[in-house]
Amino acid sequence: MLRIVSTTGASTPVKTCAQRVAQGVTTASNSRLRLGKLCHAVDTKNYTTLTVFTPTASGCRSFTSSASRRAAPDITLTVDGKEVTVPAGSALIQACEAAGSPIPRMCLVEVARSPKPVASCAMPAMPGAVVFTNTPLVHEAREGVMEFLLANHPLDCPICDQGGECDLQDQSMRYGSDRTRFHEIAGKRAVENKDLGPLVKTVMNRCIQCTRCVRFANEVAGVEELGTTGRGNYMQIGMYVEKVMDSELSGNIVDLCPVGALTSKPYAFHARPWELKNTESVDVMDAVGSNIRIDSRGTTVMRIQPRTNDDVNEEWISDKTRYSYDGLRFQRLDTPLIKQGDRFVPATWEEALEAVATGLKSSGAKGDEIKAIAGQHADTESLVALKDLVNRLGSDNLGLDSARNGAAPFHGVDIRSNYLFNSTIPGLDEADVILVVGTNPRHEAAVMNSRIRRSWIHTGLEVGLIGEKVDTAYGYEHLGEGAQAVLDFVAGKGEFAKKFNGAKKPMIIVGSAVAEHADGGATFKALSKFVQANKAKMLTPEWNGFNVLQRAASHAAAYDIGFVPSAKAAATQPKFVYLLGADEVEPSSLPRDAFVVYQGHHGDLGAQLADVVLPGFAYTEKGSTWVNTEGRTQLGRGAVSAPGASREDWKIIRAISEFAGNPLPYDDILALRDRMWEISPSLIRYGVTERTSPEVALAGLAPLGTKTKDVAVSGAAFKKPISNFYQTDPISRASVTMAQCTRSFVQGKDFGMSGSDKASQASFA
Amino acid sequence: MARTISSSSSRASDALFVHRDTPYNNSSIPFSFTPENMKKAEEIISHYPPQYKKAAIIPLLDLGQRQNKGWTSISVMNYVAKLVEVPPMRVYEVATFYTMFNREPIGQNFVQVCTTTPCMLRGAYDILETVQSHLGGIHVGDTTKDGKFTLVEVECLGACSNAPMMAVNDDFYEDLTPETTKKVLDVFAKGSIPKPGPQSGRQTSENSAGLTALTSKPYGPGEHCTPEFQ
Repeated sequence: MLRIVSTTGASTPVKTCAQRVAQGVTTASNSRLRLGKLCHAVDTKNYTTLTVFTPTASGCRSFTSSASRRAAPDITLTVDGKEVTVPAGSALIQACEAAGSPIPRMCLVEVARSPKPVASCAMPAMPGAVVFTNTPLVHEAREGVMEFLLANHPLDCPICDQGGECDLQDQSMRYGSDRTRFHEIAGKRAVENKDLGPLVKTVMNRCIQCTRCVRFANEVAGVEELGTTGRGNYMQIGMYVEKVMDSELSGNIVDLCPVGALTSKPYAFHARPWELKNTESVDVMDAVGSNIRIDSRGTTVMRIQPRTNDDVNEEWISDKTRYSYDGLRFQRLDTPLIKQGDRFVPATWEEALEAVATGLKSSGAKGDEIKAIAGQHADTESLVALKDLVNRLGSDNLGLDSARNGAAPFHGVDIRSNYLFNSTIPGLDEADVILVVGTNPRHEAAVMNSRIRRSWIHTGLEVGLIGEKVDTAYGYEHLGEGAQAVLDFVAGKGEFAKKFNGAKKPMIIVGSAVAEHADGGATFKALSKFVQANKAKMLTPEWNGFNVLQRAASHAAAYDIGFVPSAKAAATQPKFVYLLGADEVEPSSLPRDAFVVYQGHHGDLGAQLADVVLPGFAYTEKGSTWVNTEGRTQLGRGAVSAPGASREDWKIIRAISEFAGNPLPYDDILALRDRMWEISPSLIRYGVTERTSPEVALAGLAPLGTKTKDVAVSGAAFKKPISNFYQTDPISRASVTMAQCTRSFVQGKDFGMSGSDKASQASFA
Repeated sequence: MARTISSSSSRASDALFVHRDTPYNNSSIPFSFTPENMKKAEEIISHYPPQYKKAAIIPLLDLGQRQNKGWTSISVMNYVAKLVEVPPMRVYEVATFYTMFNREPIGQNFVQVCTTTPCMLRGAYDILETVQSHLGGIHVGDTTKDGKFTLVEVECLGACSNAPMMAVNDDFYEDLTPETTKKVLDVFAKGSIPKPGPQSGRQTSENSAGLTALTSKPYGPGEHCTPEFQ
């Protein structure tokens, strides 16, 4: 298969938010919550105009912010004897940080000739000011504020899950007093706990009312039900009415909470942070490739936390990423199995591999009759090994389990920009009009969706949606349900098409499900023509506005290596089928007499169909390569060892090649990665996205526009591919936590989990 | 039922800051403005730019409270939220923050006795005790059995020059003594409204001992001037 891997040559470094801010470009990251400090630095930039929003048809923006900012000269001041220069309008706290004097949450500092300590987060930096952050006055002021913070904070650190990673604990150790003056007979404030659902446990007595969770819920997650009720000493965080926090990003408030008021319910009382081994890895629950840290103890994954990467997930991860880890313990395949009659019998690896080789021979499969189907958690190494093996056996019959009977996707895979998210994820911050076709980004790329919401709140971003009506957490114009709406849009009909044509950085996001839909051919044809006609705006060296949003971690890599069938192969009836973690496969698409091998880590749907089952590794157990929807290659790392006799996936395939009498020419991971470099150098360039040049991107789109086959419009609506966000893959389907989420958020039932939890909490909190 | 280890009693304010569904207060009870109030509401909303409709939350809640027998039910809050197009939580935040929104039903007459410093110095606690005993021994926060009075203790209502005072519904009754307090309450109990203002007979907040300044006749134009200006 011909692969054209063409880029503009040198990869352009992607600017970080900080750099954009430094250049005076407005990014919404100004409004991002500052994790380091409770005392929120007020961005007192020189705002000139105030953007006024007119509510769109489907929702109104509740936040307003200023859009443009005048460049101002820098100012110079002295902090702790060090001269620093900061942009005018910076808060004092920013100047102190620039001078290398960290300011804790109690942000009081001493300023020369000021009679009182000054709150550095609220005070603008003044030219010539002389600031001290390490004087007796400052120490006393900090100790005083700390005392107030602790006045109503329970002394239950030994039974608090935040213990050991608590901001308040750390800061009271460093800045607090060593003795108490608290002698209130009436005791400390008592606040009743809230039921936020199966993910977030609340101990509201510990809350210090920083309102980070409220701001996160309202500004990032789009849960506008969370707020503060009451006033003064009686102020509390909650929803006022009894309600669970229904958001796919709700787990992030556990990270945000500086104290133990919001903690993880599944992780409650399981481990202390100092017992855990941290492994930096990459998430595979969707195609965003969120950067994660796997915290493990022994052979168990105890929890999963986000790792900051401003170009991908910023500092957030979705609830599925964070909480489906318990699924790694259940339903695992831990020994090779061979089907005898209607039973699976445990076998040794030797027997199992022999059975596969015999099955291949006895099935009589020749050429394209050997079929390989990959699932959403197949890593790039094993995809490459499997494709090499199947090709060596003379077959071109490779497919993905979500595809229409394993057929090649409508968008084609010869040019990378045909199936990638070309504008890149940070590019979402720059777009001014977005058309979403056949996807619900909130469920297919939850973290990415929060960027769209942020742009929608803080800039004049307009969103149009074609497909099933869904709650996206931002307002959009609904243009229609199916391919006809796309044709109308391309023809310039309607208000939104006019807005789109007037946009500076327009963006089209096509869901991966469209490539599997009956009208996919017509949709891609129309959009390809549209992009070619508007290439001046849609395809420039700086901006590629045509995006396909993948929803499975393996798909971008599978397309990169050409894991698609030839037309002839797709039409061939297979006699030998190799399922590589393929659990979405339609059982009826496999011929009854075919010999089926399943390789994977969970006994899910795919394993039931198999004649031989080979246990592989889950993503937390192997160091493997993942390519996200932007085409960004990232390296995951193994955190724990796999159960039982399971083996690393590419090695299983390598072993099969030996038994099949056609050994693959790589014996270790380095040789395999050399092979990946041969296929596409981008597969071993980690952490970066490579832009496709406009000429090559156009060359990729042109054949779609002239297609004559498969372009009839049936008019069927684009259905969202994910109806239950919490259970989309073998791991999340095996997870108890995700099952509880499904019950309380998707089915809206309360199955007593939260109720029983209430009773048990009352006994110790 | 598990016994809690901690023994300190919880210190709650006189109101609960979370909503509990009750037969008389739940979101399925319908509420909407009467046509007259709707006209007033539209007038209030028109004071603000269209994208800042939410600025009308406080006056609209007040209007709703007046229509809803003096208390703001969850239905009133939800209705106001819908009217100004904000998530209901934004309205709950406002309604729980301001103590003058009553989130529980009240009696026909809402007695608010001020006990802040100036009134306290002038004997506000005597007035409070008088009200409690005269209304049949109720306590602060209670409603009488006949549903005619609800008593609350409030902070300064801004009539310090006429201390001690209490407010009943929208009117101030000032310069109170235990006797005049009883009289005022008796009139309310009969269903009529006593004359608001000082109960001591003085005019507004003039000196009760008579004027001590500006007692002479004001001089007219030209008086005390040189002859050419007379």
